[in-house]
Order: sequence, then structure tokens, then C-alpha cells
Amino acid sequence: MSSNKNKKYWKNLADLNPLNNNAIESLEQKEFIEEIPVDEFLGDDKSMSESSTTRRDFLKFVGFSTAAASLAACEGPVIKSIPYVVQPEEIIPGVANYYATTIANGYDFANVLIKTREGRPIKIEKNKLAPISASANARVQASVLDLYDSFRLAKPFKNQEESSWIEFNNDTKKKLNLLRNSSKSIVFLTQTFASPSTYKLIKEFKENYPNTKHIVYDAISESAALDAYQAKYGIRGLANYDFSKSDFILSVGADILGDWQGGGFDSNYGKSRIPIKGKMSRHVHFEANMSLTGANADNRYPTNQNDQKLVLLSIYSKLFNKISEIKLSDKLTTVVNNLMSELLLSKNPVVVSGIQDFDYQSLVLEINQKLNSEAFQPNKTILTRQGNDKDVEKLIIDMNNDKVGAIIMSGVNPVYTLSNSNSFIEGLKKTELSVLFSMKNDETAQYVSYLAASPHYLESWGDAEMTKGEYSITQPTIRPIFDTKQFQEILLLWNNNSTTFHDYLKSNWKKNILSVKTWNEALHDGIYENKKSTNSRSSFISKKNNSFASISSLASAIEVKPENTFELNLYSKTGMGDGQCANNPWLQEFPDPITRTTWDNYLTISEADAKNLNLYLEPSTFFNQSKNGADGGLNGKYAIITLDDRELKVPVMIQPGQAKGTVGLSFGYGRKRGIKEVMMTGVSGYELFKGSNSVQSIKITATDEIHEFACVQLHNTLMGRGDIIKETNLEIFNTKDSNVWNPEAVVSLNHEETPVSSPSVDLWDEFDRSIGHHFNLSIDLNACTGCGACVIACHAENNVPVVGKSEIRKSRDMHWLRIDRYYSSEDSFESDDIKKDNISGLGSSLSTFKEMEDPSENPQVAFQPIMCQHCNHAPCETVCPVAATTHGRQGQNQMTYNRCVGTRYCANNCPYKVRRFNWFLYNENDEFDYHMNDDLGRMVLNPDVTVRSRGVMEKCSFCIQTTQAVILKAKVEGRPVSKGEFNDSCACSAACSSGAMRFGDINEEESPISSLIKDDRAYHLLDTVGTKPNVVYQVKVRNNKNS
Amino acid sequence: MNKKYKKVNSKFYSIKNSTNFLYNLAGKILLALVFIFNTSTFAQELDPVKGKALFNSNCAACHKLDKKMTGPALRGVEKRLYNDEGLDKEWMYSWIRNSASLIKSGDDYANKIYAEYNGSAMTAFPQLSDSEIDNILSYTAQEKAVPVVKITEVAVGNENNSNGISNEIILGAFAFVFLLLALGLFLVNKTLRRFAVESNIELPTKKISTRKPLWKAFVDNQFLLLCSAILMLLVSAYFVYGFLMQIGVNQGYEPVQPIHYSHKIHAGDNEIDCKYCHSSARVSKHSGIPSLNVCMNCHKSIYEYNGETTEEYSKEFYDAEIQKLYKAVGWDDESQEYTGETQAVKWVRIHNLPDFAYFNHAQHVSVAGIECQTCHGPVEEMEIMYQYSPLTMGWCINCHRETNVKVKDNQYYEKIHEQLSKKYGVDKLTAAQMGGLECGKCHY
Repeated sequence: MSSNKNKKYWKNLADLNPLNNNAIESLEQKEFIEEIPVDEFLGDDKSMSESSTTRRDFLKFVGFSTAAASLAACEGPVIKSIPYVVQPEEIIPGVANYYATTIANGYDFANVLIKTREGRPIKIEKNKLAPISASANARVQASVLDLYDSFRLAKPFKNQEESSWIEFNNDTKKKLNLLRNSSKSIVFLTQTFASPSTYKLIKEFKENYPNTKHIVYDAISESAALDAYQAKYGIRGLANYDFSKSDFILSVGADILGDWQGGGFDSNYGKSRIPIKGKMSRHVHFEANMSLTGANADNRYPTNQNDQKLVLLSIYSKLFNKISEIKLSDKLTTVVNNLMSELLLSKNPVVVSGIQDFDYQSLVLEINQKLNSEAFQPNKTILTRQGNDKDVEKLIIDMNNDKVGAIIMSGVNPVYTLSNSNSFIEGLKKTELSVLFSMKNDETAQYVSYLAASPHYLESWGDAEMTKGEYSITQPTIRPIFDTKQFQEILLLWNNNSTTFHDYLKSNWKKNILSVKTWNEALHDGIYENKKSTNSRSSFISKKNNSFASISSLASAIEVKPENTFELNLYSKTGMGDGQCANNPWLQEFPDPITRTTWDNYLTISEADAKNLNLYLEPSTFFNQSKNGADGGLNGKYAIITLDDRELKVPVMIQPGQAKGTVGLSFGYGRKRGIKEVMMTGVSGYELFKGSNSVQSIKITATDEIHEFACVQLHNTLMGRGDIIKETNLEIFNTKDSNVWNPEAVVSLNHEETPVSSPSVDLWDEFDRSIGHHFNLSIDLNACTGCGACVIACHAENNVPVVGKSEIRKSRDMHWLRIDRYYSSEDSFESDDIKKDNISGLGSSLSTFKEMEDPSENPQVAFQPIMCQHCNHAPCETVCPVAATTHGRQGQNQMTYNRCVGTRYCANNCPYKVRRFNWFLYNENDEFDYHMNDDLGRMVLNPDVTVRSRGVMEKCSFCIQTTQAVILKAKVEGRPVSKGEFNDSCACSAACSSGAMRFGDINEEESPISSLIKDDRAYHLLDTVGTKPNVVYQVKVRNNKNS
Repeated sequence: MNKKYKKVNSKFYSIKNSTNFLYNLAGKILLALVFIFNTSTFAQELDPVKGKALFNSNCAACHKLDKKMTGPALRGVEKRLYNDEGLDKEWMYSWIRNSASLIKSGDDYANKIYAEYNGSAMTAFPQLSDSEIDNILSYTAQEKAVPVVKITEVAVGNENNSNGISNEIILGAFAFVFLLLALGLFLVNKTLRRFAVESNIELPTKKISTRKPLWKAFVDNQFLLLCSAILMLLVSAYFVYGFLMQIGVNQGYEPVQPIHYSHKIHAGDNEIDCKYCHSSARVSKHSGIPSLNVCMNCHKSIYEYNGETTEEYSKEFYDAEIQKLYKAVGWDDESQEYTGETQAVKWVRIHNLPDFAYFNHAQHVSVAGIECQTCHGPVEEMEIMYQYSPLTMGWCINCHRETNVKVKDNQYYEKIHEQLSKKYGVDKLTAAQMGGLECGKCHY
């Protein structure tokens, strides 16, 4: 794996023979192996005239076969209905059942509610009983599709050949017993389970086999932070932060809205961002890559890691009044000085860092202890990361030195995730027994002797302790689809324990965990908090500090970056995470919140660096369209990255806001085994993850090759159109009247400026919307972090098809809900507006607008989720020639697929561009080999929503199937709809954990939405058009200061 | 069609009444016979009819007359016990009133029976008096009646057929008469002509017309041609439209099912509520095809068909269908146990709505309180189930336009109905006024 340059991918053996090169090359160039005899047939007049089939005959045949085909089509198919033989009591066909369970795959941990229909899980929902920090992100939302993955292992394998569980059990047991008394050790290399019952099982195994070691391995390691926390508090875990309690967040390279230290901080973060009574949190951020966190920060400083370290050191020394020489640049010195005064003035400030270094993580713990903010909660230990890099390093050495007799792996894929996977493979070959518990025939699977097919978490029992004292249960929601057995079942077998894992789990919970609730109650809730095993804050906040190197030695230890090298910052993407869900088409097609690119990863680089390295391509814009090929898609040059002896060819993406001298590359892509060929996208960042260090020093060389991206947003700036994303500053928000920062649009009526809401300027008569239900959706631009959980939830709920990379590149994406991301062209959106307003004359406008297409070096970023706005005066409805899109009394703009003939007038007339056209039949079509073309993948489809066919328009329906379900349920029960019952009807708002999206009935008294639409911050998108949408946005308020 | 059914039905009823009468008569004769021949029990009046009623309400859950079920077969039990075991009526009384104490007392035969039926104790009936038990025993003492093959329905069929035939005969007779008339007229005409020729009367001869033939005039008249062409096109368009509109409309679809399940017997003759089997219609969008365990609620004890039969559907035929059910559900009727070998029944779906149409049974059945028959037709008369309604959108919409929303006792409608009826100025809102015509209510 050392060099990609010398690696040759081959499709058949003939490819490998250099003598065949010419023949193969010419074959590759041809679409068909033989020429199609078009010329022979059509070019030769003689054969044409002598042909017995005349043109008239041909037409007759065509006519006859068409008539025959259409007559044959009149015969209806015979449809079978097969009821249960014995119907389970809890299942009523057509009524959904919900089960609380927990995902704990080593990377994502969340309490969820599973919606099942007729016994098959179809959607992941929020478990409202669970703590907000354990809510589902986009990957968890999509995990239900992994259950129906056709590439899952259906049975155990032995030496790459199909085997049986009996053989597996006998063989492994025999070999383990042989090893019991040998000098070699038995090693468990597992994911972080955070599971009390599993750990108990492993402990029992150790008693039986004393030469056993358990090594926990996190693919994307938090080892340094774990070490620092363990040294200080004695538990291998991480400190917890409740950002909803903080009024000042200083983050130095910590991607707190991403997967930093286990993730799940975004919900609380979002809460503190909504201005209530004139107060909201302030967030200052230092980072190299443009991350979701940086995009949400009030002030963001693009800095490389050396500068981040220096910032942290100078804050530390200032806070503790230590005098030391820290060489900060002038600009950063003033920034830090200002920050210090804010830090000390704030009530609950908190400092977090993502620097993977024991000293710096200890330093952060000490700073927070000193600041003593309520947001810092070291006693609520996070247990979802427990990996230890040193143990893993040592294991590889031991394996190569023949010290390991058996290695049993579960939930890990080290051959893919280790940067030194070659020596791991060598070591694997030397172990006598290697067992891998995996759902897929993945990269590691090909090197192990026994491959145990494991079930998906929706088919398994289990438990997890995500934070200290907060326990959750995993329960199966479907019978195992394949012949699989989970790791814990086999452990029980090895421990000579004949109970099932379910019974074991239950008795362990009853004995050791449950005290107030019964097992059935805990199972129903999915969670259980044991107050006894939680720690008190006071005992933790006074713990002795770690001893670490002195400030001056730390400062002097910062290495100066060598010439011509770049600082590579490896990061995890919102959609793909650590890469275990790479075969999930929803996630592959999920647009990255920052780059808005799908089906790819790439090297992010600043524009200046790209120009210096000759990696810059003029972007395709309105003024500059044809330079990158005719299709207008985004292109990028390929670069070759060199790290020591490794080379990696990656496409380059210009990223505004990327710190100069740094580049970014994401994990999770470049999978090569156990996934469909179409999903083998991108390159693997793990290959450069040397020593599990996410910051590396690399060299970059440009190539002339062009890579085609599939980006869903080609226009990056707002062009000064401040009425699309209205925003203001907290100071103005608090001091000025709302019509200063949220003015209503006016139009000219008889040369007088009239507000658009005035009936006199309206083309249409008003309807009475006060009777019955009327649905509205409010989107708070302050709370929205752009995390994208709503996008996937919408995908799952509404059977939105996946179209693939080439279709996305043609702008044929089908997402009903998109989250637009805009960069400012000047330093802020405000200056953009001013710049646009100052344009005078045609010449100035042309040049200025051209300038404004380019995002700034360190732009402000804004996110805006956009779905059908359900306009009360909808432009789409009036132009439909067949009345396929109509308006309902409940405010929904309805789309009737069976009526639509596909003229696409509606999409042309939609000012928000939210309508999606089905260019092809995406289901049961092998051209779209994602999940809708096989029986297993189709099991995820929601039976209440039509699967659309080719040639019809579709769009967000405000989840009418769910609002109707609520109404119908109330009718059957003979009662009015109860308060708040509609609030989680829309899949997007139900999935939103930060409270940015609120759905509801505005005619319901005291519903949150009825006050939100009257809020001072509320505005309608493009209200000048007069469409009167039922989606309302809340003005974004920034808490930024110029420093 | 309805009328016809009603007619037939009323006939059935009358026949039923007459058979009941026959039964009664037979019973009475039997009773008389019992009176005559039974000398020992003159002191009591035995009534097997009352006995039957008591048997059905108390014993039939576990006992049949001729077949071992949860308990033993009971025909002639009194005689059998007396002959084989030497047990008298007193033993029967104490067993029936409290079998457990009899077992406890160490009675041989009681314990034997108890062991034979795997220790399942018989329910005690302390409330039954001696005379009631005697009545039951007298019912069980009856000889097995030889099944009378009923030809009633065949007769009905014949009657029907004869109706058809008589119609044809009448038509044929008419045709014959007309033919005769025509022939007569021709002959009269011929004769008159002969007379005329003979009496030298000059017959008016047809002038050879110089006018254009009609077809030519028609062809020459462009306007007429155009009009008729348009007319032709319109007529053919009408028929083509009619043809196209019936594509996919499967009204009357009556497929052969894997098990001949007669709705007539279940919903009609036995008056089982539709929602007993299709229970999810009350709460779900699907009415649900009942699972086989629902069938077994009754068919555990109903192992044969004893109702009216016809030539086509004989008792043997129905019994074989019940056996198909047993096979599918894995029920061993001999040992009265489930074997565990099940086979799902692949019913042919009759009512098929397209995927893009949402229909909810609960809304119509529970909320609107519509009878199942409104859409599914006279199911209780259907020997083979068929699609009664066209299930087209026009059919749905017509009903929504005409039907008032049932707002009584449903608090959901309280507010909205008051507001909307005021707005539209009507007393009662139709489903359409309530919003039942909006596309998005059924298509999403």
C-alpha cells in the first residue's frame, strides 16, 4: 500500500501481462467490442434494396407489436396476499410499532426510537426520554439502511470459504483451549463498546483464559485526551461539556459540532445560540480546516496547529500569571489579549481543544478547572471513546514477534484504518487463530482465518454506558435476516455459559444496574440513569492537576514547519465519519455541509496556496462558464501528496477559510472491500494517519489531471442579497427596533412604497386560514448548525431516491431538503450588502458582481435549510396544466404524482428551486444500483409514501402522511388533536436535536409555532415575490466582535 | 341483481322455516317414540330438544357427539357406560357436577378417564339439576341422523333455469308467429297479384328513376359527409374512451382462492361480524386478511360442515376445505394438537388499489361508521368473494360528495364542523366540504 503509483488495478488476468497492453487499451477505448454494423447495412444501397423487409413491412411489424403489447398490458397481474399463520399480538398490519434501542458501533453512540412496520425497521427517530446529547446524527439516521445491505455476510467463513457456526464454535474453542497454557497471549482487539455486560463477559473470559489481553482501538483516536483525563481523574474517559450552560466558548481546534471527543455536543450548543432576552453564547474558534464548528463560530481565526498551540499556551500563562516567552504573531497577540478580557468577564466560559497531545489536553483540563464554569462537567465522564494507541502499537510489535497466539477482533477494521496496516497484516499471518466479527467481508476479513458474520445493531441485544451512570439498552427490532451471531453470544459459548445473551444481559442489569425501575420499564424506555453510580462534581473539580512539561519547554518544542511542506489536518466528515458506513448510498449522496460535495473526499486547500502550487482551476461561474467543460460541474486538479515514502493521489478542492499553509483530508473514504463498486469513492485518509496523529507534515506536487466532483451547490456567495439570509449583530438586535434589522419588503403601488403583506398589492384574494389545522415550519438560523440529520431523516421518511454521482453532477439531485451554505465575499455578509448597494452604473455592476462571486479568504458562513416553502400563493400551482399540484386547506402544497405529466413548468416557476424531477425510474432499475433495486434494500421503504416513477415532479410534502396520520388517529379515537401532537410530524423537525426546526399547527392555541411566526425575528424567504410561504425563518443573530 | 338475491333469499328463509318445521316434527315423533318405548323413566319428562340447547351452551366447547375432542365423544354415553363399565346415572351426576372430587375419591373409571385425557380436568357444573342432566343425556342418546341431501337449492337453480327457458320458449314462439305472419302476408300478396293479372288490372310498375342514387347524393354532399364523418369519429371516440376507462377497473373480479372460503356461510348463515375476522379494519388502514389462528378460534371445534349444501358445494367439498385449513395451520385433528408444520396461505388479492392512492379502513369503518357492504356489496350472500365496486376515483369522489360527515360523538369534529358549517351555510357538511376532495388527502 506504500505507493499508489506502482499499483495496478486489473479487471482480468490478461491486464497484468504487459504484452497485451495495446490490445487491452484499444478494447478499453471502445464502447462495443465489435463495430456495430451500421455502415455495412445502411451504407450499402444494394443490400438495402434487396432486403426482403421493406419499409412498409417494418412499419407493419412495429404497429402490430405495439398494438399487441398494449393489448397484453390490459391484463392485470394477479396479486397475492399472504397473512400470518399466527399473527403476533403486537402487530397490526398498517400500524407502526416503536422500539427504544441504542446504537453503539464504536464511533456513533445514540439512544434512538425505531419505527417498524409489519416487523421491519424503516426509520430512526429521536428517543425523547434520552439525554439530548445522545440524539441521532445524520449517520445514525442513515444506519437503518445498513441493516438491508446486500453486501452483508450471510454466514460464517473459514479461510475465505463458507462454513457453519458448529464448525466455527468447535474450531475456535479447540484452538483457544490449546492456547490456554501456552506462553502466547490471547488478544481481544475491539471497538469501544462502553457496554457493562460485554466488559463483564470479557472479564469472565479472562478468568478462564488468564493469558488474555483486551485492547480497545478507536479508528479515529482520542488517545491523548483520554490519557490526560485518565491521569487526572483515574477513569479512562473524557470530560463532558454542556455548552447550553456556557456563555463563552473558546475552541482551539476542537470540532465540537463534529465528532470531537465522541460527538453529540451540537444539540446543547444549538440551545445556547438562540438569543433569549438579549443573551446568547459567544463562540470564538481557531482552526486550520473549515469545519462545521468554524462555520458556526462568531469569530473564526484560520490558524495552523503551531499557532493553535501558542494561543493555548499564552491563554494558559495569562490565566495563571506565568511569565513566559511565547512568540505569537502581532495579530494573534491582540486577538488573545481581547479574548482574555472576555474570558474573565464571562460567567460560564469554557475552553476546549482538539490538539492530540497529552500536555495540551492536560493544560485544557487545568484551564477549565480554574475557570470553574458550570459548562465543564468532568464528573459526567464520557465513555464512548476508550481506545489506546500505545497498546495497539505494542500489539503489532508483539504479533510480529510471535507473542500473540490468538487475536479476536470485533467492531474494528484495522487493515483499513491503521496507517501501518502492512505490518499488522504480517503479524496477523503469524497468529495461529485470528477471528473477526464483522458485518462485511471487509479489508481485514481477507486476512483472518475465521470470519464471524455479526448482526446489525437492530438485530442484536446489548447495553451501553455512554456517560457515567447513564445506561442504555440495545434491543433487536427484527429477527436476524442472515445466519449471524453476535460477539457476545460467542463469548458466552467460550465461557461455557449456556444462557442466551438476552438472559445474561437481563440478569446482569437486574443484579448490577437496575435499582428503581424494572427490567421491562428500562427496556421500554431504552435508557436508565443510576444516580448512585454518577459522580459528584465537587469531588471532580478539585482533583489534583496532571504534571506536564513547562510552558516554556512546550513553547520551544513547537517545531518550525520545514520549507515547502504543508500541514495536513485529517478530519472526519459529517456524512462518512470513520468509514464503516461507506456502503450506505444515503450517506454517499449526503452533501457535505461545508463543501456541498457528494460521493467524494478531497484535499481542501486555500486559494492562495492552490495558485502557488498550480492547483487552481477557474471555478465555473455565471461570468465564467465554459472553462471547465460543457456540463458546468465543479472540477478539481489532482495533486500527489507525499508523506515519507507514501504517495497518495487526491483531487483538490479550493476551500475558503482554509488556513494558509495547511490542507485538509477526510477519513472514511477509499474503502476497497466489502462494498459495492459504485461506493468505492475517494481516497483513504488513514494511509497518512501516521502514529494516529491527525496532523502531518506533507509535500504536495501538482498534476494536470482533472477530477470531476459532484457538487450540489456551484454558487457559493450570496452576492449581497441580504434578504435571503437576514442577519444582524447581537448589539443591534438588542438595541434597535426590529424593522431596522428585519425590515419588511416593500413594493411600489401607485408610486408609493407599500409593504408586501398588504392585501392591496396582492394578485390573489386571501383565503380564510383560521379554520381547522394550518401547518407552519419555523427554521431558526441561529440554532441550525447545518449538521444534516434532517436531510437523511427526510430521505428515509419520504423514499427519496439515490441518483448517483454522475446524475448529481448534472444537477439532478433528488434531495427534498437541502441545506444551502453561503460564504461571504467580503469579510462579512454585511460588507457584501454595502458593497452591492454602492454599485453604480453598468460597468461597475459587472466588475463588482464578478468580484462578489468569489468567497473571501476567511469568509463568514451561513447555513439555510430549504425545502418546499408551501406558499399560500404558490407560483407552481397556477402554472400546472393538469392541476397536479394544488393547495390544501391545511396549508400544504400538495403534489399528486399520478396526475403529473412532467411538463416541469412548476419547477421553472418556483422561486425557491425546491422541486425535483424524476428523470429516470430509480427503483427496480439496475442502472441505479444503490438500494432500491434489490429486495433487501427496498425493505427500508416507507409503505405510506408513494415510490415515485419516471417523469413526475416531486418535492417536500410537509410530511403529509404523518400530519394525516395524526389527524386520522384523533378521529378514530374521537378526540381533538392534543397539544403538541403535530410538533414532530415533519421528519426534518423531528430529527432536529438543536431545536432549529419547529413544526406545528398555528391554529392550535399556545403551540410554539404560533408564537414563532409572530416573533420579531421571523421572516419569509424572498417575501418580495409575495408567495406567502408557510415556512418561516428566524433572523440569524451573530455575537461577533471585531478584534 | 340485488332484487334477485333478495328474492332467492326470501325463498331460502321459507325453505329454512319449513325444514325447521320438519325437524320439529321429527323431534316430536322421536319424543313420542321415547315415550312409548322407555318404560323406566316415566316419572320424568325427557326433552332432547331442551337437552340439545343445554348441550350446546355447556358441553359443546369440549365435546362432540360423534368425535373425540378435548373430551370424549358423547353419543350414547349413558348406555356405553352402563354396558361397559357398569356405571349408573348417579355416577354420571356426580361426575358432571364435580369430577375432581370423584377423581379424588379414588373412583377407578374416573381416574382412568382423567389419565386418558392427560390430566385435563372437566369443568364442574354444580348448577345443573338432575332433570337437566337427564335432558342432556337424552339428547346424547339420540341415534345419529342420516344426513338428508337437500335438493332445495338445486330446485331453486332449476326454477331459475326454467324461468330462463320459459322466456326463450316465449321468444321462440313469438318469432314463430311473426314468421307465420310474414309468410301469410307474402302469400296473400302473391294471391292478390295473381288475381290482378288474371282480371287484367294493370299493376303500377316502378318507374326507373332518373334521380341520383342516394349514396351518390350523400357522397356529393360535402357538408353531410363532413358531419357524418365527425359523428362517426365522435361515436368511435366514445367507444374507445369507454374501452380505455375500464382498463384496470376490476369490478366483478372473482378469482379462485386456494381455500374455498365462503363468506355466505360465515357472514351470512352464521352471522359472524365482519370485524371479528377483519379486526384491523377498526384501527388500521388495512382491513387485514385474518391470520389462520383467527380461523382456528372456531374451527378447532368446527371440523365439518353441517349447513345447507348444493350439488356443486357438497358437505364433502366443504369438509375438504376445512382440512386444507388444518393442513395450512398445522392442526392435527385426530390428536387435537398443533404439529408446528405450517404453510402460509397465498390468497389472491381481490381489491387492489394502486400504490399512489391512500385508503384507510379505520376512517370509514370506525370514524364514519359505514357498513362494510356499502363498498364491498352483499358479502353475506357471496359464496365466492368478488369485487363489488369499481374502486375508481370517480366512485370514491361521488360518495364523498354525497355523504355527510358523521360528527356525532366525535369530539374531533366539534369545533371544525361548527366553524365550517357556518362558513358554508349548511347544517351538515359533506365529506367533500370537509376537505375530502383535496388531492393530498389520498395521494402522497
